[in-house]
Amino acid sequence: MTSGVALPKERVQTRVKWLTYLEHDRALGYALVAPALLILTLFLAYPFSLGLRMSLSHWLVGQEPTFVGLRNFIRPADSPIFTRTVQNTFIYTAAATGLKLGFGMALALVLTHTFRGKGLVRAACLLPWILPAALSTLAWLWMFDAMFGVINWCLRYLGLVQRGMNWLGDPALAMLSIIVVDTWRGVPFFAISLLAGLQTISQELYEAATIDGANAAQRFRYITVPMLKPVLLVVLLFSIIWTFTDFQLAYVLTRGGPANSTHLFATLAYRVGIVSGQRGEGAAISLTMFPILGIVAVVLLLYLRRE
Amino acid sequence: MRQRPLERFFLLHLPLCLFLIVTLFPFYWMFITAIKPNAELYNVRMNPFLVLKPTLDHFRYLMQETLFLTWAYNTFYVSVLSTAISLLIGIMAGYALARLRFKGASVMAVGIFVTYLIPPTLLFIPLADVVRALGLLDSPWALILTYPTFLIPFSTWLLMGYFKTIPRELEECAMIDGATRFQAMIKIILPLALPGILSAGIFAFTLSWNEFIYALVFLPSSDIKTIPVGVVSELIRGDVFVGGPLMAGALLGSVPVAIIYSFFVEYYVAGLTAGAVKG
Repeated sequence: MTSGVALPKERVQTRVKWLTYLEHDRALGYALVAPALLILTLFLAYPFSLGLRMSLSHWLVGQEPTFVGLRNFIRPADSPIFTRTVQNTFIYTAAATGLKLGFGMALALVLTHTFRGKGLVRAACLLPWILPAALSTLAWLWMFDAMFGVINWCLRYLGLVQRGMNWLGDPALAMLSIIVVDTWRGVPFFAISLLAGLQTISQELYEAATIDGANAAQRFRYITVPMLKPVLLVVLLFSIIWTFTDFQLAYVLTRGGPANSTHLFATLAYRVGIVSGQRGEGAAISLTMFPILGIVAVVLLLYLRRE
Repeated sequence: MRQRPLERFFLLHLPLCLFLIVTLFPFYWMFITAIKPNAELYNVRMNPFLVLKPTLDHFRYLMQETLFLTWAYNTFYVSVLSTAISLLIGIMAGYALARLRFKGASVMAVGIFVTYLIPPTLLFIPLADVVRALGLLDSPWALILTYPTFLIPFSTWLLMGYFKTIPRELEECAMIDGATRFQAMIKIILPLALPGILSAGIFAFTLSWNEFIYALVFLPSSDIKTIPVGVVSELIRGDVFVGGPLMAGALLGSVPVAIIYSFFVEYYVAGLTAGAVKG
């Protein structure tokens, strides 16, 4: 090794200059955020503006787009499939979020107890949330199977039904099935987040309330709920956004069927925009979610800031 | 507060058992279907909870008759690269936004949080055209470059929280001792933020492994799919007798994530609650 070889003087100087330049917070700051901004601009901000243009155009794959104004937003609104999709998405979001909140809170309260093997139980409870949703939904698909599914087997065994229920073949039952699977998958997120919130509440508050004669329900209502509110709001915000824009559960279980009766915004947008190649209309269906989500996000974040 | 045994049974043991049964049953069902021979699988008279003659036939079918191994390789490749890219960029951005004072930093921090809220289903149609225009359709790079759109906001946000908890004085001491800010960041701050970096990394890997809609739309050919998309779209056929291979694929596709998860449970919990509790 000939480590004694000196670099040409010029290069040393430019190197030093460059380094001192990076010593300024401002220069270093911009240099460090630049890659993040580049990726987010190219693959998030630009597609967003492209999506807006698409949604205002008659835009078929492989053809020149033509500007059509708001027609892509108005035309689907007339179609029964779109109306059904809007209903489905709202019902799905409301029902699944409500169930996840209820069961998630219940599980969190159960997990505040100390017991042997708690770490293991908590780890097991998170599995539905961690493992690939598309794959665990396949297990449900197989459980719901009308002929060989375990759910129908149990119903028949218990004598509750003569012939199996057509879980994914009947519009109402199929929506119910999607809600059940989403609840199963989402409860861990609520439970573990709320548990983390519950553990930050001081035990002394509960003890003081108990001394003052508050019962369990009152302690929950007047201590747990208000103290938990910030966490609760953030968890709800994320959950509503994820549920409202969900794609894979509905896609794996029903692909929007039977007869397009269980579409959510995202699955309908996929069908119209990708499968049928009507980019303009698909982008419009997808972007219809944006203002609704925007309102939810702004309301919850403002509420959170006020607290 | 000490609880009586009966009270403890109704408030703890009973609900806990019910929760665990419902939570774990689909995985049990996945497993038992994957090792059940067709003769038992399609016999409606048999008790479906048990298996009499376990078999590896479905796994053999999966390996020999489908492209499962190719999908597994693709999923791994895409997940590792997109995680590495996102983590590097997220560390840089997270450090800058948590530590450095520069114009627009706070606006950018809010902007990162807002992009974290943007779901992939909002933009996949125009993004498909961007991917096509870049010549990336049917290339794993379509996913490696687009997954960072949700991984970077997530890891930046999580790491910002971690960097903020490390006292400024540590860095200032190093800089007084002659380290440049860059050296202080690499040698002092990064090692201390390692738990956060690990959290962001395994979470990002899991999110990439599990991602569905981008992989479905950007990789239409069957030989370069990822596991979730490959299993869902290539194994569900018109005929119904695919339960065994389907569950075998679902099981094998979940196992890598389950293994990582079992080693790093606490880091997952930290990653999961980072947004909710600290935000």
